[in-house]
Amino acid sequence: MSDVMEKTLTALPSLLSLDSQPGSAKLSANSKLGNLIRGITELTSKHEEEKLIQRELSSIKEQVSSPNTTMRQMKELMVRTIYCEMLGYEASFSYIHAIKLAQQGNVLEKRVGYLAVSLFLNESHELLLLLVNTVLKDLQSTNLIEVCMALTVVSQMFPKDMIPAILPLVEEKLSHSKEIIRRKAVLALYKFYLIAPNQVQHIHNKFRKALCDKDPGVMSASLHIYLQLIQENPEGYKDLTMSFVTILKQVVMGKLPMDFNYHCVPAPWLQIHLLRILSLLGKNDQSMSEIMYEILDESLQRAEMNHNITYAILYECVKCIYTIHPKPDLLEKAAKCIGSFVLSPRINLKYLGLKALTYVVQQDPKLVLQHQMTIIECLDHPDLIIKRETLELLFRITNAQNVTVIVEKMLDFLQVSEDNHTTIDLVGKVAELAEKYAPDNEWFIETMNTVFSVGGDVMQPDIPNSFLKLLLEGFDSVEEDKKLRLFAVNSYVSLLQGEPSRLPQRFLQVICWVLGEYAHLNEDVEPDAVLRLLAKLLDMKSSTSETKSWVLIAMTKLCSGGAAFSVAHEVSETYGSSMDTMLRQRAQELQHLSQDSALQSRVFPRSGSQEPVEVDSSLSFLDGFVSEALAAGAAPYKPPHQRQEEMSRSKVLSLEPYGLSLPISMSSCSVTDRQSPTLLSMSSSLSGDSAELSHKASSTTLKLDGVTRVWGREGYLVQREPVQEAAQVEAPSPLRSPRQQGDEDSPHSQTPTPTPTPESEQEKQQLASSLFVGLASPSSVSLMGKSEQTSQRFRRKARIQDKPPTSGEQINNLPPGGAADLLLDSNVSSELVSSLEQTHRNSLDLTANGACDAELPDGDVKEIKTPLSTDDSVLAAGLSPHEGPDRPKDLCLTSYLPAELSGLSHSEITLLCTNQSLDLSACHVQKEDCVELVVFIKNSSDSAAHQLQMQISCEEIEVSCVCDSPVEELKSHSVTVCQYFLTVKRPSVCFDLVGMVYYQLAAGSLQTAQFLYKLPLTSFIRPLAVSTEEYGTMWLAFSHDTKQNLPLMKDEREPLTATLNLLKTKLQLHVVEIIGEEGIVACCLRPDQQCLLHCRMHAGMLAAWLRSPVPDLPDSLLYHCQRALQER
Amino acid sequence: MIKAILIFNNHGKPRLSKFYEHYNEDTEQQIIRETFHLVSKRDENVCNFLEGGMLIGGSDYKLIYRHYATLYFVFCVDSSESELGILDLIQVFVETLDKCFENVCELDLIFHVDKVHHILAEMVMGGMVLETNMNEIITQVDTQNKMEKSEAGIAGAPARAVSAVKNMNLPEMPRNINIGDISIKVPNLPSFK
Repeated sequence: MSDVMEKTLTALPSLLSLDSQPGSAKLSANSKLGNLIRGITELTSKHEEEKLIQRELSSIKEQVSSPNTTMRQMKELMVRTIYCEMLGYEASFSYIHAIKLAQQGNVLEKRVGYLAVSLFLNESHELLLLLVNTVLKDLQSTNLIEVCMALTVVSQMFPKDMIPAILPLVEEKLSHSKEIIRRKAVLALYKFYLIAPNQVQHIHNKFRKALCDKDPGVMSASLHIYLQLIQENPEGYKDLTMSFVTILKQVVMGKLPMDFNYHCVPAPWLQIHLLRILSLLGKNDQSMSEIMYEILDESLQRAEMNHNITYAILYECVKCIYTIHPKPDLLEKAAKCIGSFVLSPRINLKYLGLKALTYVVQQDPKLVLQHQMTIIECLDHPDLIIKRETLELLFRITNAQNVTVIVEKMLDFLQVSEDNHTTIDLVGKVAELAEKYAPDNEWFIETMNTVFSVGGDVMQPDIPNSFLKLLLEGFDSVEEDKKLRLFAVNSYVSLLQGEPSRLPQRFLQVICWVLGEYAHLNEDVEPDAVLRLLAKLLDMKSSTSETKSWVLIAMTKLCSGGAAFSVAHEVSETYGSSMDTMLRQRAQELQHLSQDSALQSRVFPRSGSQEPVEVDSSLSFLDGFVSEALAAGAAPYKPPHQRQEEMSRSKVLSLEPYGLSLPISMSSCSVTDRQSPTLLSMSSSLSGDSAELSHKASSTTLKLDGVTRVWGREGYLVQREPVQEAAQVEAPSPLRSPRQQGDEDSPHSQTPTPTPTPESEQEKQQLASSLFVGLASPSSVSLMGKSEQTSQRFRRKARIQDKPPTSGEQINNLPPGGAADLLLDSNVSSELVSSLEQTHRNSLDLTANGACDAELPDGDVKEIKTPLSTDDSVLAAGLSPHEGPDRPKDLCLTSYLPAELSGLSHSEITLLCTNQSLDLSACHVQKEDCVELVVFIKNSSDSAAHQLQMQISCEEIEVSCVCDSPVEELKSHSVTVCQYFLTVKRPSVCFDLVGMVYYQLAAGSLQTAQFLYKLPLTSFIRPLAVSTEEYGTMWLAFSHDTKQNLPLMKDEREPLTATLNLLKTKLQLHVVEIIGEEGIVACCLRPDQQCLLHCRMHAGMLAAWLRSPVPDLPDSLLYHCQRALQER
Repeated sequence: MIKAILIFNNHGKPRLSKFYEHYNEDTEQQIIRETFHLVSKRDENVCNFLEGGMLIGGSDYKLIYRHYATLYFVFCVDSSESELGILDLIQVFVETLDKCFENVCELDLIFHVDKVHHILAEMVMGGMVLETNMNEIITQVDTQNKMEKSEAGIAGAPARAVSAVKNMNLPEMPRNINIGDISIKVPNLPSFK
């Protein structure tokens, strides 16, 4: 009895604390959190902390799962769990309770519940699906705080597939009466746009309404969206420029309520946003830029230098002024601003000043010269970040004359930097500079040696690769090549004689390769001496097995001599029985080849290393072996997908969900009841990854490289000057690459050296002169008066160097006409006209469509209108005045179409680019099996052009030329035609073909012209005629899929058939079969790039499911389907 | 976009961590450690910007930080954000905290992690700057706090409480804007050809 009493008594306190009065509950829990924190701070070791938190977590776990725990207590428990999670201890048991709290609690508890959910989960977490209903409920709540919370959590994370479920509700909030709700709704929609752009396409005009909202807060939130949209497609929003300028004007003039001031500056963040948008809109667009000049000037003046935030505005202003079409007096002011940044004693401003200089250096190198002494000081700045930024700036101004000094500075920095990220970045830059501008062999090899030893194993793998390729392929002169290789060999032999164990593995591998290939060039060194050096590497403990195989291969190449035999034999003995199969194989090769010198010289021919090796890709030499094996009873080979399929069939337990097995039976799988959230999110995350990858790849290119040259020392250079002025443009300038300068061997004259400075300054002056040499124009050169010949030493062979431009900025001087092709699709011009008429009718016939979605036609008009009105935008873009007369000329280009193509339909011939001598136009022809691109080159000058050569490239498309030989001569006012076959390598919504034409005018100088041609995916789509059975088997074999709801033509009598027929005619798909509410459709790009589409009517929508063996194809095709259905 | 907001003390103990992009638990801890390592070894008289470490996403990313007494406030952002703008945003954040907690100190952040998160949520939403106006942020937070107090009082009468909560609305901020001035006309789009 007393036992029972005792138990009850001990249990009492805990019971009390669990279920005490509301007021004290808060206190006790608070003290619990307090206790926990106090406990943690008192601990001394990580281990103790771990133990304490685990104990805490298990007590929390016990309490949260107890049915007696009230929501109020749950809230306190969640706060404690949040704390533990922040410290890095997983509390996954609590996730479900967090969702429950968000679901069931009152407003305050809900708030903590939502907070915990947003901290614990991510958008691909499967539990998040449980939250969808709660969010739906809260979005409809009358309590504004609940609505706010729901919007907040939605913008933090929401499963992509569930967006359609809440989209209408969020959209509705755009017209809510409270500004805070509208603001949050705008940001939530922006988030949706970022994760699933297709799904919010139709509400673009609602964004416009948000931009015009009477509350400035909502308007400034909508700028987030516009910044993104304009970044993606500046052409589409030019009409808004005036609005943005007006807004900025009113903000700058202080028309906003005082509320918005921050340190007396009116809405600074809003100003920053607007300036960014303006710079995007004004880029390469004179008429737009002109609208902005006044307000930019005003902002510069108003921003008095008194607070950090005004500097932020100034910085954006300056960047904007340098981005848009230039205006001399604004530039002058901007330059002054940059000056005050650079000279500022505040380090943050200095940093931004350097950034700004880096940004403008290619347009205005004079400015850098002005500040050269400050830059030199920054090089010795104690702050590594400032130093790094300075090096970045120097990297941009490197040329053949200052490369040694700049690279030396970079290598110095590398020695002190500990940050991996910086090392990788800088090592890449040094390698790039060394390859481009190396003054001599010794310097090049030594620099690369430092690169390899510093960069070690973290550097990008393409650095050693391209170094070896450079050695292998050589340059224009055989003699030079030999010297370079010989020097490399000597340098490496001496390195190996030193302490090779300190060198990174990658460097050792490079050394091995070079010694293996070229050690014979040095006759003073005996092959067996080299072999012994290499053998030493094998004995080193630090060598990885990868390095060891490089060593063995090098030895195999070297072991021909008699004396070397003993070393080779010894090594192959040791490694012939290695556990590593790779090493064992190499050792075996070494053993055999060292004994048979005839075979060795056949396998590793010394002189013939440059001849391409013919590869028998069909592996026909294995035929005999295969047939023997088959005769002996081996199973025939099956490709992987076939194997997989058979395996899944033969298995007793089918691991595939039933819904997947046959498309016909898919009716059971509606869009709302998806198979499993993880499976779906997997596919979405896959596509997300690929997008991210491509994004990363593109961002690694230097943003400033190849910015079109719109700047001269006198200011802006008119893009297309009359022919008589051409000579002036050709005059050598500091901006041209030294290679070009070398071609012309420009005369260098002297400038008066600056006024003498004290002794201490002497050194810096010297450094400055060696750093900034070659930056000034040739007529007013360097401070030291050093005039060096600037030919590029390591001039690679033409095919490597003449790479087409890859960065987007290089092609931005192109006429915007390219954009029009995006929508021209496969249609001939006549078809275009008819489709235009049709759409026009549609947009007039608002009431008819209004039943399904009144917003739709409106949104459409806005989207399509811009690209199609090319004529306007061409004029607006301020292109050449002889653009107009050229237009009619295009029409007669049709007669130049090759005879075999003239029968086929072709797209409208669009003018791509003109310069003083050439007019380039192009169109594409859709053939049965491929798309053919036809480029018309018209010589509009009075002299003949020679050696015309064209290069076209695109990352996603394989371009093959019909005839590859350069056109020897193009007479004045005549036309030549180049044809290219295009096949898709990687599907994308739209393809950008970048082309480059090289030609020589009578003067003999090499000229180039660039252009951009856009092709939509639809040009490549062909119907794929398959039977339903074939479709079924193919469906199973394809791994990439995507799903989405598409609009249905509800007003038709048979909506499904009508919709599919529309897709069939617009996109050239093949409708395989329509059964009841389901239909299957097939198409392909190439015969091996199929895409299958399964459609089902569901709740007034068309649930489309696409599958393909090619990764990006379903997404891209879906985009066009959606487009086609919205455009109808 | 803001990718992450971290607050830790001089010893690297995390006081608040909010990630707007998903990383797994271990990576998050590693990011906090690495960021602390990068930031803590910098002197007081150097710039407040750091080119991002390896983890948080390469060269496009930047760490912008401020050091107040015992705490580091670090924002990790991409190139679409203005450096100085974010620097002042941190200032706004800290000033707001100071007003809400009345002389904020490290302990406030420790014991009221949830409140700090709520304040932050009014400033930054899903990685985007939502509000930079301190008064507005405080008003929003105050409303919610008021609700907390009134709720504690009415806990005994749940039915009344529910109706009270339902009727409670966010205050309408007096933001007298001359609508006539900001009237941006939606451009009259020509109907489609």
